[in-house]
Amino acid sequence: MLNNKTLDLECKNLYRRFDDFVAVNDISFSIPKGSFFSILGPSGCGKTTLLRMLAGFDNPNSGDIIIKGKSMVGVPPNKRPVNMVFQHLALFPNMNVAQNIGYGLQRQGVNRVDIRRKVDEVLARVSLADSGNKKISQLSGGQKQRIAIARCLVLQPDVLLLDEPLGALDLKLREHMKVELKQLQQEFDTTFVYITHDQSEALVMSDQVAVMNHGKFYQVGNPQQLYYQPQNAFVAGFVGDSNQWAGKICEVTNNKFQVKTESGLVFNCDADSNEKLTQGDQVKIFVRPEAIDISNSASGINQHNQLDTEVTNILFDGANSQILVKEYKSGAELQVKLPQTANYMQLKAGDKLQVSFPASQVKTFAQTTE
Amino acid sequence: MQRTSSSKASLNLGLILLLGPILLWLIILVILPQLTMLNISLQERVSPRVYQYGFANFVEFFTEPLYWNTFIRTATMSIMATILTLIIAFPVSYYIAKMLRGRAKGLLFILCLIPFWVSELVRTYGWMILLRESGVISTWLQYFNFADGPVEMLYTDATIMLGLVYTSMLFMVVPLTSTLESLDDSHIEAGYDLGGNGWSVLWYVIIPHAKPAIVSGCIVVFMLTLGNYLTPILLGGKSSLWFTEQIFTQFITRFNWQQGSAFGVLLLTISSLIVWAGLKITRQSFTKVMS
Repeated sequence: MLNNKTLDLECKNLYRRFDDFVAVNDISFSIPKGSFFSILGPSGCGKTTLLRMLAGFDNPNSGDIIIKGKSMVGVPPNKRPVNMVFQHLALFPNMNVAQNIGYGLQRQGVNRVDIRRKVDEVLARVSLADSGNKKISQLSGGQKQRIAIARCLVLQPDVLLLDEPLGALDLKLREHMKVELKQLQQEFDTTFVYITHDQSEALVMSDQVAVMNHGKFYQVGNPQQLYYQPQNAFVAGFVGDSNQWAGKICEVTNNKFQVKTESGLVFNCDADSNEKLTQGDQVKIFVRPEAIDISNSASGINQHNQLDTEVTNILFDGANSQILVKEYKSGAELQVKLPQTANYMQLKAGDKLQVSFPASQVKTFAQTTE
Repeated sequence: MQRTSSSKASLNLGLILLLGPILLWLIILVILPQLTMLNISLQERVSPRVYQYGFANFVEFFTEPLYWNTFIRTATMSIMATILTLIIAFPVSYYIAKMLRGRAKGLLFILCLIPFWVSELVRTYGWMILLRESGVISTWLQYFNFADGPVEMLYTDATIMLGLVYTSMLFMVVPLTSTLESLDDSHIEAGYDLGGNGWSVLWYVIIPHAKPAIVSGCIVVFMLTLGNYLTPILLGGKSSLWFTEQIFTQFITRFNWQQGSAFGVLLLTISSLIVWAGLKITRQSFTKVMS
């Protein structure tokens, strides 16, 4: 049992509607102190609305937000123990770095000497010790990022909200900032709530991830659970790469299914999901590219699912290389991860290849109407 | 070499053609008349129809209290009108730029512009119809028993101020609205999020962003007000004592072009000095404010 005092943020049945559009639909969750919690979802899923309600810029139609045991409904943003790092950072261009960081302290009535000391301290912790007198326009993208976070953390908020702050950075810097954000979070030991549509950001940094769509949480879990044990079709399709097919269950025996896809392929799969599936159900099945083995000949393979294919395309990308193969009979295309050995260096389009994967690697979910 | 020099020549020709009209306009309509005025203003009358160069017309301005008192009064009232216009226009612009969305925004902005479709003269007569002794407001006040007899609301300083602020609103609202629109909402939200209240967000976030527009709006309104002739004369009547009226009198009534020119030159010089001082105080540069 979680003790109430160890929870930094708790939301109960949050509901927010704009006219006839439900942005946040009955969401409940709780975040323990000092954890990195991400909300992952496609654009328009309601994650920004949820974050704005936590910050106080928007209010729920019903439900409760509890921070450190106190209800925050009706409390204006400047009175909440949360701070927000905005998507475009919103650093004040008319102030220098030190004034930007000092702004919040000044509002709390901290005296001048203490402000200077605290600003210097936090600048040192984000390794920008000498930048106090710099103008915002003189900073690089990554430095701005750190100042925006420092500006919030200097106020020692209970919860720090981050609204896709890495979106504007280039790829290299983004990869770097992911690691740095995670380190900052551990160093300051503050609860981070991070919203993003980029699954890699969420998986790399988070202790817990909530996958959100249509105003609801589809699954909440740690990154490994989301990746290896998705609980529904949306999570399976959204987190990580997958080969997907729609099909129909044609046979059920001893916790095993046979699924026939629309293109006529038949797959064997394990019935490991929580859902009760019976013969005739419309389902979606997912197979990860790295779960598929490839081989030049049919000999020696004894797996539940085997397909004869032809290579149509090779997408070489070092360790992330993939090949696209086409199944002979149905013409269905599959993504397969290329093994990390040089064995398949000579592979070229048009080669015959046998691909196989165990029934346990096929995830089956009832097809929803969405 | 040949080609570069010929392309340079054609570039020069293009530049001359492009700059030509504006340069002609500036030289013929602004610089030449001002220089001529300066020349006339330096003519001192020694006996009928005999003139010599000297500063007597300028000395006259500083020795005759009526003249410089009128000027100080005009400048002070112009500054007050500018400040009042700013105080009224700022919330209006903020409301249009930040609170409204879509159609309502465009509609309200147009509503601010519509009065300026009508000429200043007609608008000023509109105020006279409302405010005079036998005017609309006076009649209503008597009808509802708020006043015993006719109330005269024209020919006071307050009326002049009202007319000046009304005439100037547009020139403050337009630059302010467009600048405030360019302020990212997230800056305002960040101002609140970090613990600021309405006043600190206004002072530390909104005003610094709007400062160039505030200063440029103030310069335009101040210069227009200072050089305004119609509004103070019509709404202030004989007691208006507006400096442009003195210039008019010298040129038209007294036919003293020399004195009138001296006043014109002084008006330009002193108002430029006031604007310069205003820029220095607010630490803005003229080119930055006007671009």
